Amino acid sequence: MQRKIRVLVGKVGLDGHDRGAKVIASALRDGGFEVIYSGLHQTPEMIAEAALQEDVDVIGISLLSGAHMTLFPRIMELMKKNQMDDVLLLGGGTIPPEEAKQLEGMGVGKIFGPGTDTRDIVEFIRHWAATRVA
Amino acid sequence: MSKMVSTELLNEFLSGSRRALAKLISAVENDGTQARAVLDELYGKIGQAYRLGITGPPGAGKSTLVDQLAKTIRASGKTVGIIAVDPTSPFTGGALLGDRVRMHDIATDPGVFIRSMATRGSLGGLSQKAQDAADVLDVFGKDFIIFETVGVGQSELDIVEAADTVIVVLVPESGDSVQAMKAGLMEIADIFVLNKADRDGASRAVQELEAILHLRPAAPWNPPVVSTVAPAGKGLDAVWKKIQQHREFLLQDGRLAAKRKQRLEKKIHELVSRRLKQEFWDEEAQQLLDASLENFQNQKLSPYRIVEELMNKFMASLQRKMEN
Ligand SMILES: Nc1nc2c(ncn2[C@@H]2O[C@H](COP(=O)(O)OP(=O)(O)O)[C@@H](O)[C@H]2O)c(=O)[nH]1
Ligand SMILES: [Mg+2]
Repeated sequence: MQRKIRVLVGKVGLDGHDRGAKVIASALRDGGFEVIYSGLHQTPEMIAEAALQEDVDVIGISLLSGAHMTLFPRIMELMKKNQMDDVLLLGGGTIPPEEAKQLEGMGVGKIFGPGTDTRDIVEFIRHWAATRVA
Repeated sequence: MSKMVSTELLNEFLSGSRRALAKLISAVENDGTQARAVLDELYGKIGQAYRLGITGPPGAGKSTLVDQLAKTIRASGKTVGIIAVDPTSPFTGGALLGDRVRMHDIATDPGVFIRSMATRGSLGGLSQKAQDAADVLDVFGKDFIIFETVGVGQSELDIVEAADTVIVVLVPESGDSVQAMKAGLMEIADIFVLNKADRDGASRAVQELEAILHLRPAAPWNPPVVSTVAPAGKGLDAVWKKIQQHREFLLQDGRLAAKRKQRLEKKIHELVSRRLKQEFWDEEAQQLLDASLENFQNQKLSPYRIVEELMNKFMASLQRKMEN
């Protein structure tokens, strides 16, 4: 049986809107993934713990608050601590392109800017999963 | 083929690694062969985790209750494993598992382990998988295991029915109890929770429910009705008390042991059915069936005859296996 790809989607930060994260979660579900949606106001610790317990393949973080340059490294640090080296970390939200590049250089799989077509995210994960298995 | 579970992973699990626990749950969820390997290995260490099943209509507040209940259990010093089941979309095979959203209070408590599980279609043996996952949590050392499922569909009901105490969650909305009766929820409840008691019509809903329950013949255990406002934790102490009372009740006269024996028997029946089916439908059997269906127009064999031929073929291949 083909293994289902499991994706954790959560929103890190203090702002109270989760429409974007929900849209992405639904799109990933429609793309055939098992999406664990953990909701608003997630701390890096909550994200890492949920990812561990749910044994996900992918973590998708939505983030608007501007603290991305501290939050993503913190999540990566916790992922490393939990031996989640084979887990793909993705980000979305309002992140300036140069900082997005920087984060991608540090090990974030990809940062998707505002207005990204959700189908592109589905494709990106599918492609990543296909190359991983091979 | 999938790789077998390594001894290293099992050892990590036995020394308390939550990562290994998560990986073993994936193993039993993804692959029957691995489930066998894992549980063969672990079953000797199965403990006595007490199992709670929580079910009810979508949006009734089940996850919020699970969150509060887990907090209550944790306050008594016990550990908790949670298996939250949500449906897989039959069209895309994807699933949106949103129960964690309501479980933020316990999200980073090291004494709680939450696992979301998708139904993955009816052919997957959902109830088996949920129970296998619970067995893994049990061996890991969790004192309480809570199943959350939506109260629709037989396989979801099967999961909670396999619990020691079943809690059915209803809300004041009119007609809810009637709906519940239709869905077969009334029969399986050991405790009823009327959640959203902050809403209009709550006390009337409780009365209605109690009236319905009074119509039933008195039994050794008569399911109580508890009102709650889950987000505020209101009524949770009462729910916890009823759970403990039901547990006490089960511990009398060997009821719990009998219940668990029954559960195991049912599980073994199901596993045997699945196993036999797998063994039965080998390539040869499928070809035989295809040929019979092909010739159906001219031969007009009755379905019983076809089954008889398939059975004969099956017995013959068993015989051959025995002789080898
Ligand atoms: N007013 C009110 N809302 C509640 C209560 N319990 C849960 N809710 C809300 O009902 C919605 C669904 O809750 P959830 O726990 O996800 O329900 P589930 O689908 O049964 O797991 C959420 O918005 C909760 O905040 C309650 O006692 N009163
Ligand atoms: Mg729920």
